Amino acid sequence: MGYHSVVCVKQVPDTSNISGEAMKPDGTVNRAALAAIFNPEDLHALEAALDIRDAYGGTVTVLSMGPLGAAEVLRECLYRGADRAVLVTDRRAAASDTLATSYILAQAVRKLKDYDFVFCGRQAIDGDTAQVGPQMAEKLGIAQVTYFEKLVELDGRTVRVRRNVGNGWEILEGRLPLLLTVLDTANEPRPASARRVMQRKRSRAVDELRKEIAAAMPGASEDERENAFADGVEKLKMAGQLIEQWNLDDIAADLQWCGLAGSPTKVHRVQSIVLTKEGFTEVPPTEDAIRTMIHELIVDHTLG
Amino acid sequence: MGNFFTDNDDLVFLFDFLDLAEVATAQEDNFKQQDGSGDGYAPIDAADAIDNYRRILTIVGDVAANRIAPRAEKVDHEGNTLNDDGTVTLGEGVRENINSLAQADLMGFTLPREYGGLNCPNLIYTMAVEMVSRADASLMNIFGLQGIAETINAFADDGIKGEYLPRFSRGEVTGAMVLTEPDAGSDLQAVSLRAWQDDDGQWRLNGVKRFITNGCGEVLLTLARSEPDIRDGRGLSLFLVDRGPRIKVRHLEEKLGIHGSPTCELVYDDAPAKLIGERQLGLIRYVMSLMNGARVGIAGQSLGIAEAAYRVARNYAAKRKQFGVAIEQLPAVAEMVVDMKVAIEAGRALTYETCRICDLENNNLRVLETAPPTDKDEAKERKQLARSLKRLNGMLTPMSKYYCSEMCVRVANDAVQVLGGSGYMSDYPVERYLRDARITTIYEGTSQLQVVAAVRGVCSDAFTKYVEAFEADQYTDDALAKLHTQLVECKQQLAEAVDAVRAEGGNYMDLSGRRLVDAAAVVIIGHLLLRQAKVNERKRAVAERFITTGALAVQRDVARVKSGDKSVMTNYALLAGPVCAGA
Repeated sequence: MGYHSVVCVKQVPDTSNISGEAMKPDGTVNRAALAAIFNPEDLHALEAALDIRDAYGGTVTVLSMGPLGAAEVLRECLYRGADRAVLVTDRRAAASDTLATSYILAQAVRKLKDYDFVFCGRQAIDGDTAQVGPQMAEKLGIAQVTYFEKLVELDGRTVRVRRNVGNGWEILEGRLPLLLTVLDTANEPRPASARRVMQRKRSRAVDELRKEIAAAMPGASEDERENAFADGVEKLKMAGQLIEQWNLDDIAADLQWCGLAGSPTKVHRVQSIVLTKEGFTEVPPTEDAIRTMIHELIVDHTLG
Repeated sequence: MGNFFTDNDDLVFLFDFLDLAEVATAQEDNFKQQDGSGDGYAPIDAADAIDNYRRILTIVGDVAANRIAPRAEKVDHEGNTLNDDGTVTLGEGVRENINSLAQADLMGFTLPREYGGLNCPNLIYTMAVEMVSRADASLMNIFGLQGIAETINAFADDGIKGEYLPRFSRGEVTGAMVLTEPDAGSDLQAVSLRAWQDDDGQWRLNGVKRFITNGCGEVLLTLARSEPDIRDGRGLSLFLVDRGPRIKVRHLEEKLGIHGSPTCELVYDDAPAKLIGERQLGLIRYVMSLMNGARVGIAGQSLGIAEAAYRVARNYAAKRKQFGVAIEQLPAVAEMVVDMKVAIEAGRALTYETCRICDLENNNLRVLETAPPTDKDEAKERKQLARSLKRLNGMLTPMSKYYCSEMCVRVANDAVQVLGGSGYMSDYPVERYLRDARITTIYEGTSQLQVVAAVRGVCSDAFTKYVEAFEADQYTDDALAKLHTQLVECKQQLAEAVDAVRAEGGNYMDLSGRRLVDAAAVVIIGHLLLRQAKVNERKRAVAERFITTGALAVQRDVARVKSGDKSVMTNYALLAGPVCAGA
């Protein structure tokens, strides 16, 4: 028995450490200037899935769409206990907006077939749209609960979860399969396990292996490299160290819904907004003055 | 996301600087597990092992910075709770910390892979201890008790090992080393807790133990008197006792610091026990070995506390303005900050060198015990090596513990001083660091006992031979060569002081011990820092500051030793005054 979970994870530029070169003149993110990190809320999504597996049995498969470098966040998942990792990478998927991305991820989840839960982080810190999870649920035709904070009960195919709606909670009951988008208040993600890091640090997607062989054998002929590659893939497979790598054909994606063609979102304009301090108000330490200040803060929605 | 490994330039520098390949090769028996017997994570060569070490320390740095450190204040306030039934409930923060460490698979740090451990050398473990202690010194007393599992691994039979060690690795159990009694503190030979065998041959322990760190842990390695007719250390054996209804915590100590660490008074009521290794070797062999490892651990803990205190002071000195300038521009403050930093780097140089040599010694002993070489010459060589490493460690281990613990009290004290009034308040963590630091010069053997242990080596050829190797170093750079010469002179002065002590005889050695060990530490650390200065520009300044001030201290210490002043002994009653009424 047990439950099979799919967790969607994303490698994102570290927007919490912005430097001057974070944006390019054309208004797109300069990924080269920012460190690539594991999208923080996706770690909470992974933790939620691992918790269910640890309590009820089953498996956790992690899925990422992105350039080859995204294999690194998949390894991070393996270090934390994920059972299987799949990377969807394809040049034709470049410039996908949330609609195209959710289509591609939904296709990949379909290919995985048997799943009970799909977990996503609430949102990614690069786009901050919080759209991909909900759109995936629609495309998969399954129920969704956003702002997941706690698993209340799981019994057979029925699940009760608590979602945080900002000024309170809702407890919802649903039938599996279910897609959940997870808040960072849901749990404390486990650290990487030292033992798993040593076991899985050599896990590679095939194109990573191809690149490493090219770098390691600069003078070799095409044939020699191909042989080394075939040999390497075999070794990875034998050792259970292969990160599965799928392209758009593998997931039977219709190209008109992928990449630029499948992305209706157009960036109209990017504004650089610098927040500045504007003066200050001095509040005398009296009961009345403080009451007035609190009232003002409530009126302008800083509080409450 | 902070990281206590990658944000610590000195630790990272040492990681790269030390010969980890040699340590890894010894630790991994020349990488014999790469055939797959290592459960899929044995390193294939030295580079692979070092890569593993770096990754493991990065995980420790992550857990320390992002999980343990944020909980430290809460842990300090909460402490732990003694229940009516003689059990202890650990504070919530302490439990969360242990859980984080277990999740990261860090609780079997040095155990072999066959028991689920990481098989890390002591050097890497001590770096981890330092980072954990920087986050929360009190947690080190649980994380740093892995020597208990190590002792079981080294001396217990296979049955006990198979039963207990995997549980340690999984973080399911923690241990305690149960040695101290009301009348047996520094003098462990006086231990009286009774061990007896019932009609079924089952060992049982009866008596009271006091000041037991983590005495509420699940696995209690207990020193007890199994031979009632032998009154000294040879009458003591080591037992493994499971926590159960026949052991009660009678009292939980209220302490100055390390509030997260439960310090227990234990009552054994004929508690069933398993003998570890052989009878009568409890103190003289097993506990001595356990204590040596634990002492290096305290050196690591001291480094961590000092690092934490220094960082707060350094930043405060840069930000706090008085008289129109940042206070770090005031010479008196600048000197405190610099002295803190240099002392920490000095302590690190000594401690990690000690760890490196401990690892070489332990691995050599392991080979001699488990797979003695058949080749006669090699066997002879290894035995000789074992002897010389043992003597060297007999000096370096207590010296590291002594140096680092005293250093950390000084640094934490100065950190409070740099912060002034704010430092005395609990708004900043430095007052906690000072409270936590204070235990380090006391437990696992007081500073005074460390000096007694270290001075033997300092006065023997263990010291002179070890230093001779450094003296053979060649420095082409004039400035470094000059410092090198200064250290050679320091050693000569120290040799004169040692002669003077010998000439005086009697207990003048005990009286002068501290000064001799201090001088020897200057010589050894000075050489270590000089070697670092060879490859690192900043370390030149560190070495110069350390050696220049250190050489002056050596002169003063040597002069005092040579003075032959024994007034504290000969004139004690007069100088100390009468025993105080009403104290």
